[in-house]
Amino acid sequence: MRPSTRLLYLLAWCGFGLLPWYFTEGMGLASLGWLSGYPFGKGGSALALGLSGAAPWLLPGGAMLLMAGLAWPKQDEQRAASILLLAGAAGFLLFFMQGFAITLRGQGIPWLAALFGGQGAAQAGMGPGALVTIVGMLLLFCHGLAYRGFCRGDVFTCSMIGLLILMIGLFIFFPVVTVLKGALIGEAGRVDPGAFLDRFLDSSIWGLGCLTRDVSCGVAWNTLLLAVLCGAITTLLGLASALLILRTGMPAKWLLRALTVLPIITPPFVIGLALILLFGRTGLVSNFLYEWFDVPRTRWIYGLPGVLLAQVLAFAPIAFLVLIGVVQGISPSLEEASQTLGARRWETFSTVTWPLLRPGIANAFLIGFVESMADFGNPLVLGGNFEVLSTKIFFAVVGAAHNEGQAAVLALVLLSFTLGAFWLQQRWLGKKSYTTLTGKGDAGLPTPLPRRVSWLASATVIPWVILTVVIYVIILTGGFVKSMGRDYTPTLEHFLTGFRIDFSRGLYFEGAAWDSFFTTVKLAAVSAPLTAIVGLLAAYLLKRQTFQGRAALEFSTMLSFAIPGTVIGVAYILAFNVPPIEMTGTGLILVIAFIFRNMPVGVRSGIAGLSQIDKSLDEASATLSARSATTLWRVLLPLLRPALVAALVYSFVRAMTAVSAVIFLVSAEYNLATAYIVGRVEAGEFGLAIAYSSVLIVVMALGIAIIQFGVGERRLGRRTTESGPAPVVAGA
Amino acid sequence: MVQNARRKALTLALAGTALMMVSAAKAQGALVLYCSVQEEWCRPMANAFEKETGIKVSMTRKSSGETYAQIKAEASNPRGDVWWGGTGDPHLQAAEEGLTEAYESPKMAELHDWALRQWKGSQGRTVGIYAGALGFGFNTKQVASRGIPEPKCWADLINPKLKDEVQVADPNSSGTSYTMLATLVQLMGEDKAFDYLKALHKNINQYTKSGAAPAKATSLGETTVGITFMHDMVTMVVNGGPVKVVAPCEGTGYEIGSMSIVKGARNLDNAKKFYDWALTPAAQKLAEEAKSYQVPSNKNVIPPPQSPKLADVKLIDYDFAKYGSSAERKRLLSKWDNEVKKLPK
Repeated sequence: MRPSTRLLYLLAWCGFGLLPWYFTEGMGLASLGWLSGYPFGKGGSALALGLSGAAPWLLPGGAMLLMAGLAWPKQDEQRAASILLLAGAAGFLLFFMQGFAITLRGQGIPWLAALFGGQGAAQAGMGPGALVTIVGMLLLFCHGLAYRGFCRGDVFTCSMIGLLILMIGLFIFFPVVTVLKGALIGEAGRVDPGAFLDRFLDSSIWGLGCLTRDVSCGVAWNTLLLAVLCGAITTLLGLASALLILRTGMPAKWLLRALTVLPIITPPFVIGLALILLFGRTGLVSNFLYEWFDVPRTRWIYGLPGVLLAQVLAFAPIAFLVLIGVVQGISPSLEEASQTLGARRWETFSTVTWPLLRPGIANAFLIGFVESMADFGNPLVLGGNFEVLSTKIFFAVVGAAHNEGQAAVLALVLLSFTLGAFWLQQRWLGKKSYTTLTGKGDAGLPTPLPRRVSWLASATVIPWVILTVVIYVIILTGGFVKSMGRDYTPTLEHFLTGFRIDFSRGLYFEGAAWDSFFTTVKLAAVSAPLTAIVGLLAAYLLKRQTFQGRAALEFSTMLSFAIPGTVIGVAYILAFNVPPIEMTGTGLILVIAFIFRNMPVGVRSGIAGLSQIDKSLDEASATLSARSATTLWRVLLPLLRPALVAALVYSFVRAMTAVSAVIFLVSAEYNLATAYIVGRVEAGEFGLAIAYSSVLIVVMALGIAIIQFGVGERRLGRRTTESGPAPVVAGA
Repeated sequence: MVQNARRKALTLALAGTALMMVSAAKAQGALVLYCSVQEEWCRPMANAFEKETGIKVSMTRKSSGETYAQIKAEASNPRGDVWWGGTGDPHLQAAEEGLTEAYESPKMAELHDWALRQWKGSQGRTVGIYAGALGFGFNTKQVASRGIPEPKCWADLINPKLKDEVQVADPNSSGTSYTMLATLVQLMGEDKAFDYLKALHKNINQYTKSGAAPAKATSLGETTVGITFMHDMVTMVVNGGPVKVVAPCEGTGYEIGSMSIVKGARNLDNAKKFYDWALTPAAQKLAEEAKSYQVPSNKNVIPPPQSPKLADVKLIDYDFAKYGSSAERKRLLSKWDNEVKKLPK
C-alpha cells in the first residue's frame, strides 16, 4: 500500500470504530446529551453496536474493512490492488444494502433485512461514522483501480471520479428515480403502463389546436417555443454585450457591466411585477400610450410575450457571463495572423473569431434554453393562459387535482427536451479543438469589431439597457412609495415592517423579515464555494481525464439542471425523509439541493474555459513531475478564474433567489427569503415584497463584489496598447 | 440563527422571568405547526400559543395544496403535528386518505353547525375553524368607465359587454375555483352550470393559478371583475383599492377553513392542546387583528365588522362530503377541462 492508502484505511476505521454511526436528533457540539452511553446507545460507533448485538447487520461491512487491511504490508501493487478492489466494493455495497434493507419499522426490504439478521428491526438515518466509513470504502476501491493503472495510475483522479459518481448517484439519480417511478404507477397504486400512455399522449400536452383554431396549444409545444426563443435571444444579447465591452471603444462600459449583473441578482417575481406595473393594462407605459397616442390598453403582457421578456431580462446576463470568458480567451494573435494574411475585418471575424466562439455560444444557448424550461416564477406571474411545463407540474402536485402521476409524466417530457438540447449541442460542437490559450507568449492585440457587427451589437443592446434601467427604477422606488401604481406617497413603512432594528434594548432584530434573511445569507454563503468546487472539479475530470463512461457522467451532471425545481423539491422530500439518508427539516438538505441544482453552471463554464487551455500546459506540469492535484491547483485554476467567478456568483445568487426547489424543503427553522417574498406577493403586499427584494439585491451585489475581489482576474500576458512594453510571457 | 441566539441571550440577561419561560418551554416540549393562511395570521397564532402554554412552536407557512402535498410525502415519517388553516377540501382529502388523526375536542359544543358538519363528515379527522363565502368583486373605476350597471348576480357576469373582463383561477390548481365549480353545479344543476361556465369562458381573460390572484388584479384594474372568496376582496377594500364586494343574488357556496392533526404526530399531546386552544374565542379573535375577515367557527366570537355577514349572504346547502371526495372532484375537473377550457374564445 502507498502511504496515502494507509492514511485512508485508518480514517475508514475511525469512522467505523470511533465516530457515532447514526444521525440522532439534537446532534451537535453545543450539548453532548445525545452521546450518553457512548460507545453504545444512540450515538454509538458501528463497531461497538455491532459487537454488542445491538446492530449486528453492521458487521459484514466491517469484515470487509478488516479484509482490506490484508493489503497493508503488500509491496506488490497488483496483489494489493486485488484485495482493495474486492474488499472496497463489497464493503461499500454491504453498508448501503443494510441501510436500505433496515429502515423504519415495517418498511425497507424485509427479505434482505432477514438476510442481514435484522428482521423486524429498525434503525435511524446514517450519521458521521457511516459517512466516513462508506466514503472510505469507496476510495479504497478507487485506489485499487489506480494501482491497476486506471487514470494513468493517478490516485487523486481516480478518487475524485469515484466521489463524483457517488454524489451524482445519491443526490441526483436516487431522488429523481424516486419521483419518476410515479409516472408508471396508475390510480390503483400499481405499475400500469396503460395509464402512463394515456397521460403521456394527452392532448393537453401535445395538442396542436392553436395552429388552426383559437385554442391554446399543448403545454409541451408552448414550453419548447418559449425555451428556443429565450435561448436564442439571451445568447444574442450576451454575445453582443461581451463583444461591445471587450472589442470596442464604447463609452460607459461600466454601466453595461453593472446592468448585466443586476438582473441576475434580482429575486424572481420582481421583474414580473415590475413588467406588470409598466406594461400591464393599467401600467405606466400603457397609460401613457393611451392618453397621448390613443393606443388601446391591452393585456398583451400576460402570455408568451411577457414571459419571454421577463426571462430574457433575467437570463441574458448568465449568457453574458459565459460568453465574456470565452471572448476574452480568444487569442488575438490568430486574428492578427488572419489580418496579416490580408483578410479584412469582417472576413477575420467570420472565419476566425466566430468559429472560436462556438463553444461559448453553444453553452450560452444551452443555459438559456434550460433556464427557461425550468423557470417557475415568471410564468407564474405573467403566464396568463399560456401554460408551460414547470408551472403545470407544480400545480399538478399542489393544485386542487393532486395528480402526482401526471406531474411525473410532465417531468419526463421536460427532461427529454433538455436532454435533447444537450445532445444537439454536443453534435454541433463535434470533436473540433477550440484551444487558444497556450503556454506560448501571446503578443497580439484584440482586433476591434468590424463596423457592421458593432452597429448590430449596439442596436441589440441599447434597447435592452434602457428597459433594464426603467425596470430597476421601478423596483428601487417601489419599496419607498405606499402602493406602486396607485398611491405614490413616499414612505419607509415597507422597510420598517421587514427590517426594523430596535436599539433601545441593545441590538434587537425586530422586523418580520430578519429570520429568513439571516438564514438565506448563511446558507448561500455555505453552498456557493461548495458548488463551485464540485462544479469545477467535475469539469476538470470530464475535460482533462479519459475514463470509461465519461460521456454518461457529463450527461448526468446536466440532469439536475434539466429538472424543474418543483420536481427536485418533491423528489428530495420523498427520498431523504426516511433512513438511511434522513435530512429533511435540516439546513443540510437545502445546501445539498443548492449544490446539485447549481453545479451544472460551474461544470459548463469550467468546460468552456478548459476547452481553451492547451493540454500542453498540463503536460508541461506533469513532466515537471507535478501530481494532477498540483496541476489543477497551480496551473489550471488560475487560468480558470473567470469560470470560478461565474460558478461562485451563480451559485451564491441562485441560492438566494431559488424558489421552486426550496418551497417544499423550507422548514420552520430554515425559512428562506424567497419563500417569504412569495408569501408577500400572494398576500398582495407588493410594497414589502419589492422592499425585501431591493435589500436582497444590495446584499447580492456586495457578495459578488467580494467574490470578484477575492478570486481576482485572470492575468493573461497580453499587450494592452500599441506602444506598450515588449511582449510579456503568458500564464498567470 | 444568529439573531435568535442573540435574542435569547438578551432576554435571559435582562429578565429573570424570561429564564423561567425558556425552561418552561423546554419542559413543555415542542409543536410543529403547518399553517395555511397568510403569514400575518400564522405568526400571531404561533406566538400567542407559545406565550400561553410555554410550548415551543415551530411554524411553517405554506398554501393548503403545498401542505397537503408535503404531509402526503412525509406520511411514512411525519414531521408535522398540526395542520391549521387553509380551505377545507385538501383537509377532507387528507382525512379520506388516512393522513390525519381523529380527535374530539371538548370545545366542540361552542362551534357553529357548519364547523361540526365538517368534523362529522370526515369521521372526526378535521374541524372547521372559519368560513368564507364565495363571491366576486369589481373595480368601480373600470365599471364606471365602461358604462355598464354594477354586476350583482352570477348571471350578470356573462354579459357580452364584459368580454375579456372577468378573471378567476383555474379549478385544477385552485381550491377557490373548484369551490365555484361545485357551487354552480349545486346551484343550477350540472347541465345548466356547464352551459353557464361555457358562456362565462368567453368573458374570462385569464384563468390564474392562485385562487386569490384575481382579487389583486381587480384592485389594480388589470381586470374588471374577479371571482374569489369575499374575504380576499375585503382585504383589497381595506387596503384602499377601488373595489366593491358582491354576494351573488342567486346564492353562493362557501369554504370551511379547517384544522387537522397529522397522523403519527411526534408531539400528539401538544397537538391536541393546540387544537383545543385554536377553537377558543381568544385564539379566533386573532384573525381580525391579522386583517383576515373570515367568519370564525366559535359561536362566542363576534365576527369583525368588515366581514361579509353570512346572514346577509344567500348560502346554498353545500355538500362538502360529496364535492370534497376525490372521485367527484376528478370527474368534474376533467369535464371542465374537456368541455370548457378547450373551447375557443
